[in-house]
Amino acid sequence: MQNSDSLLSIRHLTAGYENDMILDDVSLEIFAGDFIGLIGPNGGGKSTLLKVILGLLPPLRGEIRVMGQDVRQGRKHIGYVPQFVEADRAFPVSVWDTVRMGLLNGWRLFERLSAAETERVQAALEQVDMLPLRNKPMGELSGGQRQRVFIARALVSDPKILLLDEPTASVDPNVTKDLYELFRQLNQRMAILLVSHDMMAVSSFTKTIACLNRKLVYHNSKELTAEMLDSVYGCPVDLIAHGVPHRVLPAHSEHSHG
Amino acid sequence: MDNFYQALQFDFMRNALLAGVLVSLAAGIVGVYVVLNRVTILSGGIAHAAYGGVGMAYYFGFDPLLGGIIFSLLASLLMTMVQRQAKQRTDMLIGVMWAVGMAVGIVFVDKSPGYKVDLMSYLFGSLLAVSPREILIILILDIIVLLTVFALYRSLLAISYDETFATVRGVPVQVISLILTALIALTVVMMMRVVGLILVIALLTLPAAIANLFARDMRQMMALASGLGVLFTVSGLWLSYSYNLTSGATIILVAASVYLVALLLKRWLR
Repeated sequence: MQNSDSLLSIRHLTAGYENDMILDDVSLEIFAGDFIGLIGPNGGGKSTLLKVILGLLPPLRGEIRVMGQDVRQGRKHIGYVPQFVEADRAFPVSVWDTVRMGLLNGWRLFERLSAAETERVQAALEQVDMLPLRNKPMGELSGGQRQRVFIARALVSDPKILLLDEPTASVDPNVTKDLYELFRQLNQRMAILLVSHDMMAVSSFTKTIACLNRKLVYHNSKELTAEMLDSVYGCPVDLIAHGVPHRVLPAHSEHSHG
Repeated sequence: MDNFYQALQFDFMRNALLAGVLVSLAAGIVGVYVVLNRVTILSGGIAHAAYGGVGMAYYFGFDPLLGGIIFSLLASLLMTMVQRQAKQRTDMLIGVMWAVGMAVGIVFVDKSPGYKVDLMSYLFGSLLAVSPREILIILILDIIVLLTVFALYRSLLAISYDETFATVRGVPVQVISLILTALIALTVVMMMRVVGLILVIALLTLPAAIANLFARDMRQMMALASGLGVLFTVSGLWLSYSYNLTSGATIILVAASVYLVALLLKRWLR
């Protein structure tokens, strides 16, 4: 595989514990323009893979590079949108100050925003339609609004890759559609890796699908192949069982959705 | 009330008031981090471990406040390491350090020659016995706390709100957490003089907890908590003087009563 425009490169990655391997020989390249939906069963290693990509967990074996750099340097090019923040709703912080956190980088003492940075915070909030609510406390927002703020917080550092961890887990279906429309727009500027167990959303909105269950199956295509079903046992079971609309298994038919 | 004004003619009363106000400022600010980061028990552990330093200072004949500072800083370093390394055992290890610190202090005091009644003041506070020298130490600690919080405000906010995100943004989370724990240690030692180490946790958390009910951002919460702390200290001091009560305990009871009222008020406002 050529490496010229690879943003994220994972090669033969093994992670977990010596006697309890969570990720086993995982390889993945993410290129500019990619929109990958990463699905897999609970306990299949999705959050472990995220931790490795974010430099929070050192791999046992294998190599991972972001923008050609070691993850600890390269992760500044990743815009990370977590599933949950660690603080509760009573935490007193405004929308604006939350997005500002995305500009942090190493030691910054007596931090004041430059005019350019203020503009970036503004632009990020505008992008997610949250600028009018910039002075609101985070605790007064709905689940979808909070998610938009976390996306803005990730966007403000102008990332090359957007890393979304279950972005629609705590929002209702209408909001889910809006969020995916937002991701589609953002994808014109940056690669996206979206981790989700929401098979339907992933299959209808992302460009390609990867399946993770200890091993990763990824063909740079949107089709779930028989090989995926076999090698990643358990992964697409609910997909088959529930017959999700817009989903095409090549074994059954050849037509594709729009 | 007249009594209190008259009392203010005395140096010891003015010193008490000044020390109380200075300590409340730092306690309000640091208390916000204690409440938001949920490290109340850790703070209690540091306060009690500091007593080891007080006892040692008595034995070797140097300033107990200095001994307290050294011991509390050591304890905070140790507890932060423990918290990072052995997550599941944190509560037990904090409890052990809490008790061992106290025990070390008690044993050293046992072996110290001479008059020891003054030591009670570290357990229950004795605002009225604060010396100008101690006020100077408190002032210096206050300035250190304020400057550090001012310098690291954004990083501390990010770490308190979402530590993982801060780590990913390259914020030196471990070092800054350590600095924060050191700030808690310094504040706790200052507060030992006001309410005593046994009651430190209450004055550290109650103003911040009340502020958390009404503040819209962390800066507001700090200002409100510091203001409330000053209010509780001054009114507690006045009540304790008027009714001849222990000042530290009176201050805490005032704070706790206001917290109760604030909780009810918040519920009623909804």
